[in-house]
Amino acid sequence: MTENDKASSRPTVAEHVSSAAIAVEHLVKVYKQTLAVDDISFSLPRGSITGLLGGNGAGKTTTIAMIMGLVLPTSGRVEVLGHRMPEESAAVLGRMNFESPYVDMPMRLTVRQNLTIFGKLYAVNHLADRIAKLADDLDLSDFIDRANGKLSAGQKTRVALAKALINQPELLLLDEPTASLDPDTADWVRGHLERYRRDNNATILLASHNMLEVERLCDRVIIMKRGRIEDDDTPEAIMARYNRTTLEEVFLDVARGRVNGAKEAAR
Amino acid sequence: MTELSLHRGISIHRIGAMILRYWYLLLSSWPRLLELLYWPALQVITWGFIQYYIAQNASFFARAGGTLIGAVILWDILFRGQLGFSISFLEEMWARNLGNLMMSPLKPIEFLLSLTVMSLIRLAIGIVPMTLLALFLFHFNVYALGLPLIAFFCNLIFTSWSVGIFVSGLVLRHGLGAESIVWTLMFAIMPLACIYYPVSVLPVWLQYVAWALPPTYVFEGMRALLSENSFRIDLMLEALAINAVLLVASFWAFLALLRSAKKHGSLLSAGE
Repeated sequence: MTENDKASSRPTVAEHVSSAAIAVEHLVKVYKQTLAVDDISFSLPRGSITGLLGGNGAGKTTTIAMIMGLVLPTSGRVEVLGHRMPEESAAVLGRMNFESPYVDMPMRLTVRQNLTIFGKLYAVNHLADRIAKLADDLDLSDFIDRANGKLSAGQKTRVALAKALINQPELLLLDEPTASLDPDTADWVRGHLERYRRDNNATILLASHNMLEVERLCDRVIIMKRGRIEDDDTPEAIMARYNRTTLEEVFLDVARGRVNGAKEAAR
Repeated sequence: MTELSLHRGISIHRIGAMILRYWYLLLSSWPRLLELLYWPALQVITWGFIQYYIAQNASFFARAGGTLIGAVILWDILFRGQLGFSISFLEEMWARNLGNLMMSPLKPIEFLLSLTVMSLIRLAIGIVPMTLLALFLFHFNVYALGLPLIAFFCNLIFTSWSVGIFVSGLVLRHGLGAESIVWTLMFAIMPLACIYYPVSVLPVWLQYVAWALPPTYVFEGMRALLSENSFRIDLMLEALAINAVLLVASFWAFLALLRSAKKHGSLLSAGE
């Protein structure tokens, strides 16, 4: 193979963007006087798990909401599974799903009723089998015919995860998926997410305040602060750069403005 | 949900899924089901006795028997049609489920169509027993109006959907802080729609406003039918034309408010 052949077989920038699960370019969101997201760009390859970290108000939720099409960007571009959001959202909404503390599953409906409705909305084939499989995988069988409002926090989280997985999404957006869960249930949810990514080559973008969770699950971490990307690398590389042994310490360095000092110490 | 794709690929299955959701919801709470029957029944009983009393003392009401009770039933079609639409929408806000729906392949037009079907179902649950009460207690058979009743019903339900779509858009944009509009906006129309009195009672300048509202044509038409036994098809056609404009305008407003909600991030904090 000649150098020219190699060059021609290498993906162009445009091809790279279109093959990415998520491509964000110069994304900006301004709410009245508040700059929530300030010119961020990143691209997530298919099959990856990426953690989006940052303190409260860092812009994580707004970024995820713009990726989902729930919030319109002030400027910039979002592509999901090769389609521009929100203009072409009809082409991708059936191939993605999400879980967020900002939404609930309807409380008065049973778990089975909720999953049936969302399964129909996502046009899931063999829906009864799919619900049975999710009930088995996520251990929902004991309460599948109970109203969602009568479940414990851990059970509700598993139901929300079942809803997020009902259409076997290629792209899963998770905002604090294990918040308010006991360590055992949280660990169990993480294990399930790992298996789901592995079995389906799914892409997962995860916003979390749980640094252990991010270290365990993510191949890459994007740290945000005041709407900007403060750092973007593998967890190991980021910890090495800050001369820290845990992401929690890195998070505190970033949150408390000790970034330069930590980086210099590492050098 | 994307507003740009609303004109193509409407899915009956997704509409069916939403109707199923509201049906489950309706059956999950017997007090709410009872409430659908309770208020219309109370209305018809109260106004039935008023009609009965006035008819003994006023020549017009004696001649046009059932005018008041007929007006009450038609008003309830208008009011409860809108409530049936809007309450199903509010259920999504109360349940914090709107984000789930917006992120699903459900399109705005499909969402709104499912709400219109639910408005008919909820209306039927409340209105059919109401009309039967009117028949058995006060000997007023609204179904005896025949074909004109269909024209009255269609025009009223179309107006109720227009109002429902518009106020749902307002709640979408401004959150549950705007919920009171859902319950009260129809009452702003009430004096101008001339439910219990003819349009000629209004000052001349206000009559122009009244004639811009489709329900005014319906109530005038009902009075003409009951007192003069004449069906004013011209009034029904004019109401239908205004309704067509209102439906298109309300849908456009809903999309604009949805877009504004996305611009301002209101969908993320769809509470108060």
